[in-house]
Amino acid sequence: MKGYKIIVLAKQVPDTRNVGKDAMKADGTVNRAALAAIFNPEDLNALEQALRIKDTFPGTTISILTMGPGRAAEIIREGMFRGADDGILLTDRAFAGSDTLATSYAIGQTLKKIKDFDIIIAGRQAIDGDTAQVGPQVAEKLGLPQVTYVEEIKSIENGKVIAKRRLESGVEVVSCPMPLVITVNGTAPDCRARNARLLMKYKHAKTVSELQNSNEDYLHLYNERAYLNIPEWSVNDIESASSELGLTGSPTKVKTIENVVLQSKGAKVISSADIDIEELMKDLIESHTIG
Amino acid sequence: MNSVFVYCEIEDGQIAEVSLELLTKGRSLATELNCKLEAIAIGHQLTEIEKVVFPYGVDVLYVADDKRLAPYTTLPHTSIVVKLFEEQKPQIALMGASSIGRDLGPRVSSALHSGLTADCTSLVIGDHEDKKQSKVYENLLYQIRPAFGGNIIATIINPDCRPQMATVREGVMKKEFLDPKYKGKVVTLDVSKYVSDADFVVEIIERHMEKSKVNIKGAGIIVAGGYGMGSKENFRLLYELAEVLGGEVGASRAAVDAGYTDHERQIGQTGITVRPKLYIACGISGQIQHRAGMEESAQIIAINTDPEAPINMVADYVINGDVSEIIPKMIKFYKKNSK
Repeated sequence: MKGYKIIVLAKQVPDTRNVGKDAMKADGTVNRAALAAIFNPEDLNALEQALRIKDTFPGTTISILTMGPGRAAEIIREGMFRGADDGILLTDRAFAGSDTLATSYAIGQTLKKIKDFDIIIAGRQAIDGDTAQVGPQVAEKLGLPQVTYVEEIKSIENGKVIAKRRLESGVEVVSCPMPLVITVNGTAPDCRARNARLLMKYKHAKTVSELQNSNEDYLHLYNERAYLNIPEWSVNDIESASSELGLTGSPTKVKTIENVVLQSKGAKVISSADIDIEELMKDLIESHTIG
Repeated sequence: MNSVFVYCEIEDGQIAEVSLELLTKGRSLATELNCKLEAIAIGHQLTEIEKVVFPYGVDVLYVADDKRLAPYTTLPHTSIVVKLFEEQKPQIALMGASSIGRDLGPRVSSALHSGLTADCTSLVIGDHEDKKQSKVYENLLYQIRPAFGGNIIATIINPDCRPQMATVREGVMKKEFLDPKYKGKVVTLDVSKYVSDADFVVEIIERHMEKSKVNIKGAGIIVAGGYGMGSKENFRLLYELAEVLGGEVGASRAAVDAGYTDHERQIGQTGITVRPKLYIACGISGQIQHRAGMEESAQIIAINTDPEAPINMVADYVINGDVSEIIPKMIKFYKKNSK
């Protein structure tokens, strides 16, 4: 059966869901080192949808495309452990400071270079910004239709994807011709676990930059086994206008960052003793706050 | 002077609450900037929709009415908004941070190469000095939102690109009539000039909309739980207390992410904003994203084992202790003392 060419857009993000007390340094700046870097959760939901298409249409190939610093290659490997075929790391200082629009421009230009794909699929949003903007913006850059908030890809028939969308107040089933951009909601099924065989196969997969720091005894392996080489693309590998990239290409600018310094309202502190709780409930009843 | 523009979201011929809230905010921004407030309604059978929006102080309402435009789909709505913005060149454009606004906004911003800030909790007009270029920008829109795990509040600006676009969640801004007799102008758009057949490639096969069964926004008393509740089982205590007091159960994002309850109960920047007369925060640490959605509650009780929890700073009463011990006592003493 014919397969499809799927590209999963994924991002490595700081785990902002588990921000502990050491997340802020004494000077009030964010201590990124204290936060684990993880595969953005909804991008994993997107990968699962891609893997399900591959289950149904075995000729399908899945590539992970991520933009980020060198260590973001970790999530490409993670994707390969779970069933993706390969990946590309888009990394360059020229991308630093990109807002969502400059990010989607860089990703859009990369996809134009890749050219051959049927489905672009990504998580609805990344937990470090929660903007949900890059998916639709990439679709616009490529002039493709978008289907956002997808919970389930129901089928692919006659060149069209049928997908169920989860909206704030209900569900919608839509059909959209390929190629298209899909963003996947967190309510979609979780991603399957790593596959032991794939873990063995890909655990030494590396980018060129990572290889430079690794043991030379194994370098011959990377010539023999092409699948161990994770392509690393810089700004020179895509066609782009420097005016559209990074900080320069970002219409939004951060004017100020304020640390949150809380002034206490001067709460009345009470204990959990019966007498205190009873007093509180009486107060609330008397003031007609409750009852 | 270029206008402030609001995209009015429509479901079943009704304008969404969030759009009316944005019209209210848009009116005050337009008045401060001494410019017009304009709005667009895109849908089908929108007769007399102007009667709903004019009291909010809308000067010009653009109406795009066509059978193919309802329910909402991305491409035709994008085409209309993009072309209209190219023609009218608004300086500011506001949309709801809803399923629709968050689908449409980024697409429009990409097409116009204008900046978009999602989920703003405050919008203010102010100046900006670019010291590098020794250039002063007057009357920019400060788009203010918490960021990065809630430890910081970022003020975002779009110095050079127009319109300055922002999305805002329902409930963040207050809805208020300007003048029930306010009269604006209706401009009916010739839809065929704004959309092409290619905009209709996405087909809605099935649609099932339901009003949320949970009415947190309208609840006078909210009992909210956080990650500190520890389990889904402990969350049941909150339902018991809410039922006794006649309130609703809310949750922090951490509690929703942990699977203790559903997303529709999430309060905060990426959930619902509430202003009840009593807010009981149980096992909630109170990161700013959460506080942004509840700190205007009339009275706040924080129940927490951590005396340093940020939620305590906005609370009127702080009870230090274990929620599973305190909530049953609250139920017991409420029953004992209420008539």
